[in-house]
Amino acid sequence: MVPVVSIKPLLAVLASMAVVPFLIYCRKPNLREAWTFAAAIIKFFIVVSMAPTILQGIPIEYQVAEVLPGVAIRFYVDTFGLLFALVSSFLWIITSVYSIGYMRGLNEHSQTRYFCYFALSLSATVGVAFSANFFTLYLFYEMLSFATYPLVAHHQDVEARSSGRRYLTYIVGGSIGLLLPAMLYIYDKTGTLEFARQGILSGHATPGAVKILLLMCIFGFAKAAVMPFHAWLPAAMVAPTPVSALLHAVAVVKVGAFSILRVITGVFGTDLLNSLHLDTMLCLIASFTIIAASLLALNQDGLKLRLAYSTIGQLSYIVLGAALLTPQGLIGGMLHIAMHAFGKITLFFCAGAIFVATGVRNISEMDGIGKRMPVTLACFFIGSLSVIGLPPCGGFISKWYLVLGTLESENLLMLFVLLSSSLLNAAYFLPIVYRGYFGPPNPSKYGDCVKEAPLWCIVPLVLTAAGSVVLFFLPQPFLKLAQMTVKHIFMGP
Amino acid sequence: MDTLISIIVSKYNYWIYICLMMIGLYAMIVKNNLVKKIIGMNILQTSIILFYVSIGAKKGATLPIITHGHNGESHAVHAVDFINPLPHVLMLTAIVVAVATLGVALALALRVYSQYQTLEEDEIYSQIEMSRKK
Amino acid sequence: MSQHFPALIIVIPLFSALMVTVAGWFNKRLCFPISLLSLAAVLYSSIGLLMQVLSRQVVQYRLGGWPPPFGIVYEVDYLNSVVLVLVTAVALINLIATRISVVEDFPDKLGPFYTLYLLFVTGLSGIVVTGDAFNLYVLLEISSLTGYALIGMGKEHAPLASLHYVFMGTIGASFYLLGIGYLYLVTGSLNMVDIAGILPKLYGSKVVLIAFIICMTGLFIKMALFPFHSWLPNAYADSPPGVVGLIAPLTTKVMVYVMLRITLYVFKPEFSFASADINTAFVWIAAFGIVVASVLALSERRLKRFLTYVLIAEVGYMVGGLWLANRAGITGAILHIINDAAMTLCIFLAAGNILRQSRSDAFEDLKGLFRKMPFSMAAFVVAALSIIGVPPTCGFFSKWYLISGAIEAGQYVFVAALLFSSLVNVVLFFRIIEIGFFEPLDDHHHQAPEITRREAPMGMVISLVAVAVGLIVLGIFTRDIVTKIIQFAIPEGIT
Repeated sequence: MVPVVSIKPLLAVLASMAVVPFLIYCRKPNLREAWTFAAAIIKFFIVVSMAPTILQGIPIEYQVAEVLPGVAIRFYVDTFGLLFALVSSFLWIITSVYSIGYMRGLNEHSQTRYFCYFALSLSATVGVAFSANFFTLYLFYEMLSFATYPLVAHHQDVEARSSGRRYLTYIVGGSIGLLLPAMLYIYDKTGTLEFARQGILSGHATPGAVKILLLMCIFGFAKAAVMPFHAWLPAAMVAPTPVSALLHAVAVVKVGAFSILRVITGVFGTDLLNSLHLDTMLCLIASFTIIAASLLALNQDGLKLRLAYSTIGQLSYIVLGAALLTPQGLIGGMLHIAMHAFGKITLFFCAGAIFVATGVRNISEMDGIGKRMPVTLACFFIGSLSVIGLPPCGGFISKWYLVLGTLESENLLMLFVLLSSSLLNAAYFLPIVYRGYFGPPNPSKYGDCVKEAPLWCIVPLVLTAAGSVVLFFLPQPFLKLAQMTVKHIFMGP
Repeated sequence: MDTLISIIVSKYNYWIYICLMMIGLYAMIVKNNLVKKIIGMNILQTSIILFYVSIGAKKGATLPIITHGHNGESHAVHAVDFINPLPHVLMLTAIVVAVATLGVALALALRVYSQYQTLEEDEIYSQIEMSRKK
Repeated sequence: MSQHFPALIIVIPLFSALMVTVAGWFNKRLCFPISLLSLAAVLYSSIGLLMQVLSRQVVQYRLGGWPPPFGIVYEVDYLNSVVLVLVTAVALINLIATRISVVEDFPDKLGPFYTLYLLFVTGLSGIVVTGDAFNLYVLLEISSLTGYALIGMGKEHAPLASLHYVFMGTIGASFYLLGIGYLYLVTGSLNMVDIAGILPKLYGSKVVLIAFIICMTGLFIKMALFPFHSWLPNAYADSPPGVVGLIAPLTTKVMVYVMLRITLYVFKPEFSFASADINTAFVWIAAFGIVVASVLALSERRLKRFLTYVLIAEVGYMVGGLWLANRAGITGAILHIINDAAMTLCIFLAAGNILRQSRSDAFEDLKGLFRKMPFSMAAFVVAALSIIGVPPTCGFFSKWYLISGAIEAGQYVFVAALLFSSLVNVVLFFRIIEIGFFEPLDDHHHQAPEITRREAPMGMVISLVAVAVGLIVLGIFTRDIVTKIIQFAIPEGIT
């Protein structure tokens, strides 16, 4: 299909960047928050306005500038990019509501800085979603790395400082040390960096080179937290919870997973990887991360830490979906971006709400918390169902497709990995809920009265929990977008 | 061996310049006193100046000044009879540069002296070390 | 008037320097305006020259009307015109940005200071436009001597550091002079184009080889390529604030330009790149220099000093890029001349602002800088990102070409050195950013203690921010710079 040229992708990216000066120079906090909302809603509407065109199978493109001979900053909105952009921009609106409640509830410092860098991070995320070529992807990926640093190090204490360092080491080390040479090597051998339907590498690189490049890309996109480049994620949990929620459950880590998927399909190509039998290697890497992360999650007492390890595992589900190199597997991986986002963000919102209301961070101290915060715990339950992959939550659908993918590629080992990790997920989530409702309450902390976190915190998490359930019954448009993408990849335009 | 000696004897001036250059470099690197280093620098520059001047020399040639006849006729001039004046001119400039460098270096040495009361490098370094420790 | 641009580039600052000296005796406040007008005129001429070159390819100007090879000729082609604009622009911006600190540091020496400043610019501009090898030496020494004097005006150990710079610089210039002497010996000419025409018949001669080696050695000393770099950290770190923003971005880059000119235009690529082993050897030296400089930078605890080591590493980028001997590498080297001058200017101006407002530039004294000086620090971050090599700042694009060229030439050691240096730069700059970011807080949930905004004066900040914006603009317009100018600056034979 011939793409339509429209400036909308650029506007979507700029919507949040443009609001930064207003945020800085606002005197009143309420006005500042209003600007953030305005930017989030505008961004979401621009993204949604592109949906009808994309759903008909017509992509949208826009070239910003050709900065090197033959390489341009270019946007190309296709079904996959739209899927990711919809998820991020929608969840930003909700997170902004939550941020207000959280930051004001704790009387956090430097809120203006927080909202500014948040806005910039979302610009970068949408930029990654709409990238037309590896260079644009790299540009916005780096922008995201540096825009999220002040958010990770927000608390400015010793812990935040060392986490910030660790964050940068892994993320920037991966992008400059691995991605940049890989990208330049690919450019040198093929002469282009534009994402193509079945990749650009076939015929231009030796099998050995393809294998090394693939490894460099998988580990270079350190935001996807594929082991052993995962250690930044638990460390980054020192950030305020809304940061952890959006960035580490939706934007930052999803950018990593999205980029891996994009590069596997757009640069390498499923046919090339299939013919070189690289799916085995990828599956092993992904499954190692899934199992190891789930096992590590069992040991964590800090709630956010447990959620962090859970995220590491879930991200590798997405990588696994790509690694299977089959249509159903890819659908599962792409869909999981959306489903996991809703589920995980609910979980993080709950963790933050618990902290705001009671100051408690550790699971061992959360016995009986259901008496005090029943709504929160209920939403936590729904979120965990989604992540485990049980109906009636959206996570079930993505896991279903992943299972279909393993059957399609006759990879029974991966089927086993998927099922056992679901069991592990249940093992580390359900006890929290059980003890929360039925465990003996710690008298000094949880009295009989119900005292939830502020309304600004509760409403978002109820919304996202409800969203998870709604997605089970109505997985459109995400399912349709994923299906269209896969059809395009495997069967041509 | 014979060829080596004949080379040394016939091109003895160039060997002297090489020696001078080495002396200059040696002084700049090894000597402790700042003024001695500066003198070494000057010797280095002088050796190169002398080298250039030597380039212009020719066997049996005279000074490069053309005298015209009284009635203003122009004679044909054979370049081979005159020493090449171009290197001399270039070296006038180079001498000026060398003198200017000498001036700047000595001015800086004066400032160093007023700051540290000594011109010996090792003493200056030990003074810097002591002030850093404080 | 416009046909005299090449001469004006030299004549205007030269005479203005004299005017400034005289004006300094009567009214010190006249010095700055005269210098400003003169440098603005020079910038205007250099941009005019660039326009002429873009339409005509080469502008030749004969001093005194004497034809080459007898007269001294100024040849402006694609390579020099862009470097010339760079030199004059950096000089002008630095002049404006550091006016206040110069007045503070040298209230009674304004006349001599601006005289030296203008003479320095004369020297550098001359080096860039001249087409005569000996004329280049003269102008080289003009800029070096004024540089020594400017650096010697600083505090603390500046005179000693400058004296060491005198020694090293003189050795370098003398070697260059000796090399030119050898070339004159065998070709009989001093005009660069003429020498280039005569040399091909003589490529087998040992004299030519020695001339090349000695010239290159001299230039390497002057550009502080490892292992000849030891003079640079002391000389630049102790120099006064008004000076470092002028000398640091320009001296080494102009020396790199001279190296390019000699390697590509006088000796021609057939000679310079004839031996693949020698090319590899130079690339390895450059790579080694990059790594050593980056490692040395890690051990520094003072801002200006560690920036000088970053500068030494950048020199390695350009030298290595040239000796990759392919189009991408040389494009990277030339592009990096432009980008590095801009980045260095930005970061040293930012460091100057910081130093002015803090007691010292030791890392311990840099706490809470983001709150104290938000604009300066914002510009510092942009410059740091450019040095690290993050798109869309300009530093990324020169790295792009350098790494591409290295991959194409199979020089993976150079690729590794470039990546290593980027990663070390991340560590180096984020140390400062961390310290500036993490001001002391009592309790991380309460409001931060009031750190008063003590930004540098408006004039300094505006110029700094303009340069920082320029870094991004340069990055976005890389394609235009490469296809319209740099592409033609590289001789055709190179693939």
